[in-house]
Amino acid sequence: MLAYISIIITAIFVNNIVFAQFLGICPFLGVSKRISSAAGMGMAVTFVMAVATVVTYMLQEYVLVPLGITFLQTIAFILVIAALVQVLEIVIKKAMPVLYQALGVFLPLITTNCAVLGVAILVIQKEMTLIESLVYAVSTALGFTLALVVFAGIREQLALAKVPKPLQGTPIALITAGILAMAFMGFAGIKIG
Amino acid sequence: MRRGYVMNKLKFIIESAVKNNPTFVLLLGMCPTLGTTNSAVNGMSMGLATMGVLICSNTVISLLRNVIPDKVRIPAFIVVIASFVSVLQMIMQAYMPALYETLGIFIPLIVVNCILLGRAEAFASKNNVTDSFCDGVGVGLGFTVSLTLLGAVREFLGTGRIFNMEVYGEEYGSLVFVLAPGAFIALGLLIAFVNNIKSHS
Repeated sequence: MLAYISIIITAIFVNNIVFAQFLGICPFLGVSKRISSAAGMGMAVTFVMAVATVVTYMLQEYVLVPLGITFLQTIAFILVIAALVQVLEIVIKKAMPVLYQALGVFLPLITTNCAVLGVAILVIQKEMTLIESLVYAVSTALGFTLALVVFAGIREQLALAKVPKPLQGTPIALITAGILAMAFMGFAGIKIG
Repeated sequence: MRRGYVMNKLKFIIESAVKNNPTFVLLLGMCPTLGTTNSAVNGMSMGLATMGVLICSNTVISLLRNVIPDKVRIPAFIVVIASFVSVLQMIMQAYMPALYETLGIFIPLIVVNCILLGRAEAFASKNNVTDSFCDGVGVGLGFTVSLTLLGAVREFLGTGRIFNMEVYGEEYGSLVFVLAPGAFIALGLLIAFVNNIKSHS
């Protein structure tokens, strides 16, 4: 149990996917202008990341390794993730229209979100078990959501501030993210178990 | 005549490196830009690796542009890009294991780098092979130069060195620029700097 708590705390705070591992920066900068869309994107990523990690983990374990074709990992994973996002979009649209309305616009964007492929590859590099992988994927995605929502909150305020002309837009957003990353460094060194 | 042709292509390459600069103008491919630039050498290696894949994928996609049906073009592009990334992974594992270890997860993640799919969709799928090749060289060069520049700035401010050559003592450097926050701040300031130059010219 302690091992899982350790994975969760590490993935959300200590090794935050955006601030410490630099994955998923594009949606982090792109979909962080409003808190509501940030939360929607976070939920969509959490959902896709959990499903994608489990599916790619099984693909690796039961297809690629037994057949000795692990060198096809990159191709196989990206195709599975792309297909999965399409299928999920269709299923959610039919089965859960309310959820689709909340997540709909963000789903196609997730295929090119490097965080999803990144986590799928990372859990295999770290040689985790299936349950650990699932816990890791969900908590990493929660860390992403946390980063996105906090950042969107700051940017909503920032929109009202007077920023020097060359710094407007992306530069000030990046510098803000840098300061946030510094705050997250305060979690470094926390160890459980 | 021949000379004029070559000059034209060179001009085209430089123009696409500056005008379509992925890091400072298009703001694409941010993850490797931030994640691998803790030193100038690492930034340059990542840039060159991406450039290699970009040139190959641009060329092949341009060759196949009349064969690939329009409806399945995006998956087809991704397969081409992923194949070259796998080749690159194997080459690096075999000949440059130390560098492969340093760049780590960012090598397989070249597949989802928006620059590659962006150039495939916006340029290689519509233009002939030579132009697509040159576009790959140009945009790849722009990416490599930006990453090297960012890496050099971070290495200089963080450790007092550039390309591992000592400029001032390491104890005067501020370590934060080598760590994660410095990546965001240094890139933000560099983009602001470029914006400032653009608005004055």
